[in-house]
Amino acid sequence: MTDIAAPSSPRGAFVMRHPSVLIFLACLAIFTVGVTVLSEGFGIGVLSTSFIKTLGKTLCLCLVALAMDLVWGYCGILSLGHMAFFGLGGYAIGMWLMYARTEMIVVESLSNAPLPPTPEEISDGIASQIFGVVGASDFPPIWGFAHSLPLQLAAVVIVPGILALVFGWLAFRSRVTGVYLSILTQAMTLALSLYLFQNDSGLRGNNGLSGLQNLPGLDSVSQDAVSMWFLWGSALALGLGYVFCAWVVSGKFGSVIRAIRDDEARVRFLGYPVEAFKLLVFTLTAIIAAIAGALYYPQAGIINPAEIAPIASIYLAVWVAIGGRGRLYGAVVGAAFVSLLSTWFTGGQAPDIVIGSFRLQWVDWWTVLLGLSFVLVTLFAPKGLGGLVDLITERRSPDRHGADLGPDMGSLQEREAEK
Amino acid sequence: MSELLEVNGVSVSFDGFKAINNLSFSIAEGELRAVIGPNGAGKTTFMDIVTGKTRPDEGTVLWGEKGISLLSMSESRIAQAGVGRKFQRPTVFEDQSVEDNLMMALKKDRNPFKVLSFRASRDDRDRVATLAGEIGLATSLHRKSGELSHGQKQWLEIGMLLAQEPRLLLVDEPAAGMTLAEREHTTDLLVEAAKTRAVVVVEHDMEFVRRLNCKVTVLHEGSVLAEGSLDHVTRNEKVIEVYLGR
Amino acid sequence: MRILARFFLATLAICLSLPAHAQNADAPIQQIMQENGALIAESSRRTIGPAIDALAASGLPAAQMLLERWQNKELYLNEETGLFVFGEEVDRDTLRIFAITDGSEIGVVPDDPYDQLRPNSGVRSMIGAALVQFQLNAPDAATRLTALDAIARDAEPSHLTALRAAIDNEPDAGVKAKKERLERLLTIQFAEDDAARIAAIEGFSGDLGVDVRATLNPLVATRLEVSETEPSGADIARTLTPGTDALPRAQAYNLLVEEGLTPPAITASDRRNALIANVENGSVAGIQVADLNTEAARDLAYAELARAGTVEQLATEADVDRALAAHFFFERFIGASPAVAQAAQDALATTEITVGVARFIDLVMDALSLGSIYFLAAIGLAITFGVMRVINMAHGEFIMIGAYTGYVVQLFIPNYTLSIVVALPLAFAVTFAAGVAMERLVIRWLYHRPLETLLATFGISIALQQIAKNIFGTQARPLTAPDWLNGSLVINDIVSISYIRIAILVLALLFLALFLFVMNRTRLGLEVRAVTQNPRMAASMGINPDKINMLTFGLGSGIAGIAGVAIGLYAKVTSEMGQDYIVQSFMTVVVGGVGNIWGTLVGAVLVGSVQKGIEWMTPSNTLAAQTYMILFIILFIQFRPRGIIALKGRAAEA
Repeated sequence: MTDIAAPSSPRGAFVMRHPSVLIFLACLAIFTVGVTVLSEGFGIGVLSTSFIKTLGKTLCLCLVALAMDLVWGYCGILSLGHMAFFGLGGYAIGMWLMYARTEMIVVESLSNAPLPPTPEEISDGIASQIFGVVGASDFPPIWGFAHSLPLQLAAVVIVPGILALVFGWLAFRSRVTGVYLSILTQAMTLALSLYLFQNDSGLRGNNGLSGLQNLPGLDSVSQDAVSMWFLWGSALALGLGYVFCAWVVSGKFGSVIRAIRDDEARVRFLGYPVEAFKLLVFTLTAIIAAIAGALYYPQAGIINPAEIAPIASIYLAVWVAIGGRGRLYGAVVGAAFVSLLSTWFTGGQAPDIVIGSFRLQWVDWWTVLLGLSFVLVTLFAPKGLGGLVDLITERRSPDRHGADLGPDMGSLQEREAEK
Repeated sequence: MSELLEVNGVSVSFDGFKAINNLSFSIAEGELRAVIGPNGAGKTTFMDIVTGKTRPDEGTVLWGEKGISLLSMSESRIAQAGVGRKFQRPTVFEDQSVEDNLMMALKKDRNPFKVLSFRASRDDRDRVATLAGEIGLATSLHRKSGELSHGQKQWLEIGMLLAQEPRLLLVDEPAAGMTLAEREHTTDLLVEAAKTRAVVVVEHDMEFVRRLNCKVTVLHEGSVLAEGSLDHVTRNEKVIEVYLGR
Repeated sequence: MRILARFFLATLAICLSLPAHAQNADAPIQQIMQENGALIAESSRRTIGPAIDALAASGLPAAQMLLERWQNKELYLNEETGLFVFGEEVDRDTLRIFAITDGSEIGVVPDDPYDQLRPNSGVRSMIGAALVQFQLNAPDAATRLTALDAIARDAEPSHLTALRAAIDNEPDAGVKAKKERLERLLTIQFAEDDAARIAAIEGFSGDLGVDVRATLNPLVATRLEVSETEPSGADIARTLTPGTDALPRAQAYNLLVEEGLTPPAITASDRRNALIANVENGSVAGIQVADLNTEAARDLAYAELARAGTVEQLATEADVDRALAAHFFFERFIGASPAVAQAAQDALATTEITVGVARFIDLVMDALSLGSIYFLAAIGLAITFGVMRVINMAHGEFIMIGAYTGYVVQLFIPNYTLSIVVALPLAFAVTFAAGVAMERLVIRWLYHRPLETLLATFGISIALQQIAKNIFGTQARPLTAPDWLNGSLVINDIVSISYIRIAILVLALLFLALFLFVMNRTRLGLEVRAVTQNPRMAASMGINPDKINMLTFGLGSGIAGIAGVAIGLYAKVTSEMGQDYIVQSFMTVVVGGVGNIWGTLVGAVLVGSVQKGIEWMTPSNTLAAQTYMILFIILFIQFRPRGIIALKGRAAEA
């Protein structure tokens, strides 16, 4: 965290009171300007458009990692469901993108017909275009709002928000905590992805939604420019998200959720409705994740249920852990570092290692390296990359005289607090 | 004198073992009471029931002038209603500063949205500083509470309880593991606290109880064995038999 | 003597090379042939009956061969002698002929005097029916059964008589029962007498046999009909209301159109084409083309055209409704007479109930076997999670390692039985070692930090999965079960259970017993329980908690390996197979109640039953079944957060 030692000062100067936020925003601004200058769309063209998209996507991953850090690093809920919310956000925006673009194509193709098309004909045309791959030609009810950008934008927030609210209410209410909660969220994620894998889920089964990189009505704008727009949008979202998260964790609310992480039962005896706090954090971070997803998938161009599979959420936890949980910049650094490294290794750019007659190809072995380094980080560097910052600033954690209290003990299943 | 808390005919059993057996107990507004009893007498379980951690199999627990039942309320609601609890082992939030700990305990709206928009006013800071002074931690406000000594943590926890401004304070073995000087300070804190609210102290140490100089309730096998002044109960045959006279 | 005589005759025939005289014209079969010679030579379906009957009734062994050859058009008539022989064409002009008495070769002769008998298909089928009688009475029981099967496959009315005749002197009770059953089936199909058919049908009421249902179903066939008056008569199966599931509105109206009772309704594309065809100067019937962009405008334009007589007046929705309301729709039995059809329908209804019960039993067995698979997958987890409170996310990968161990063993040991016998302990050993290594290297540093254990074992899980992918590739590898495990235990046409699943059930029970034995009856179990409850106390009593933890973890992992071999036998072996079981396994443990093996058992059965139950409700959609099952479990945990068999009180909070 953020320092809260400074004495009371006007509320508007929040950013000033938290230098780490200022540093982060400055870095983000420099990065964005730098990329813009180097881009093909608006600069000297050193960076390819596909790389710009990778960077833009990475910013979105940083944002969802922030959400994960808030819910896990600060509140102690190891959710394995946030990538599902991320994906839902992507689906929500993808539905509009796909509908609107298909609508244009259909209207275009029907404009040469002898009779002007009726709304029904257009709707049928869009439906058969979109659902032909799953052998259907009718719009499922969930596409009822797909024609409207504002409604689908609202759905980006509302659908994952409500899912998180209902699921969280059920889970927290029955006092499911710790690893049980993790497994339960994993089950939720699995159920969601299995559901979406069905052809009659109404979201094109395992085909997913595609062609999302084409913005409806902007065919004339090149992807070079569009990619930059999304990069700016993602950078803005990340900046706002960071400030928001820093604001949330800085005040008494931050104190309370960290206290919940460390000793939930004790917080309850202080009179705080722990379940309500957890639910608020869970839902809030689910919404942040969904917004990140809504920015990510137009850059990725395609979304399918495999993106929602539990393993994605596990990777999210890996990023945050490697970056250093319980500190916001740690999550951002972890997500950026690991996902970019991952892109580099799996993209085939990393040189193979030749050991005798054995040729080690990183495309195959990167995941093994990632898994094992994750084990090593967990064992030897629980603070992750953020721990390096502590070495420089010589920040020390309190001497607990060997007592086990901290992010992990706090989220144990109900313990007898007095023991 | 009106009763603040009335426990009537409460029983609870764990896997057939009756931890509390038809216990009845009441305490008046502003009263200081010590509860003693051998290990397994049900002292901690009694506290668990009052604070909502354990649901009894039968019996009633009524609170305040209106006689509201505490049994249907959650732990946090009971705490908000004015029951504060101090655990045997000091449980403060070690990762956070003394000020944060006290600020969190301060009696304010506990609604998450109110907490989210909460910003400490000058009054709040003054109140925290005053409390820190009372518990002797005025100079440690910005230290992480994990760095405090054992006794300091106990006091911080008592300070947090005071910040909650409860009407009833349940204190579980506050003097355990303290030096003599620390005990005296603790006794003073509790006696001072009892001037404005009811306090129930569970303790093993007779000397400590004697210093509190208050009415004593003896628990044995989950029910009340005797009640009265310390001298009165120490003369009770049954008490001597089960507890003192070994 | 007869054989000698025949031998003599045959020899004589060859020696003399005088085939025409080599035949024994007095042989009984030849005599029957001679008696019916005219009929046979002139064979037609209407007249041949007595000839075939005479042959069939003769009881001569040669009659069967004669009928077969006759049916195959191998019977020849020597027009000069009037004697019958079997013949085989050698070339255009020569025949090799055989005696009809015993099929012995007579010689090769010019074919001039011989006339091939070519029975037409009607006659051939009558011959076939007569032959059935011989087969049904064959001395060899296997031949009789084959004949029964052949009849059952392709029954004809003529078989009925033959079959009836062959029942009484059937010596074998089993074959006799089959004959009687088939006779009743044939009665249902072919008997002239309705009463007999109904009696036979009622005899089968509630029978599960597929053959019975196949026989009864054509009898209850119906045809959808429509009339303007209310239908009556015994052959009305039921009346239908248009717009219900049984008779969609469109189908009902199509029927009216087909019957010519109403004009066809207009489709959107017809109307569109009609409008396009009538565009004049940018408008249709006075309406601008540009305005025809709603359904209502198009209806209006079409109505205008129809009024002008340009296009045919077609039915609108209101017309359709009126027409449908004015007609009665009903189904008429066409498969059999009403009484028989009704009896068949009743019998089928009864069968339906029996089928339902049998299906339910089948479902229960399916659920049990799925439960046993989950149990097998979860029992190792129950040990590490339940006993040691250690989350092992790599548990699924241990299952995978076990399965791949089985696969590798089969590469070296081609004998499937032997390879499984080797693979089971080897898989245990491999995963035991892997588990111990993991415990030593990673998990023991993370006791009391469950979330970090969860994460570290995730890392291991990811790495192991990728390593397996790198070694074995992404495609599924076979783990073949020995032959004696193939096939199923068939109880009736609906209830059957494959031997592999029985084996897995047995294995699961075996492991339950093993677990109970180890935990309750051995020193190791005692020490494990001691370490679980109070490690410090256990340590001070001379138990080495490190060793116990290591062994417990190894045991849990080893069982996962064995489960992997078992699962690999019936499912595919892939690097991702562990993922398919890990969530369900955790659910099993959590639902059952942590730390209790009986809870795990109940949990496994419950999870298996729920999944199968949902699959039954939404057939052909296992993905949905899994989704709903997980939702069910999430809801279940609401009501029993600590599982079915929950520890209470202080022990639960430790």
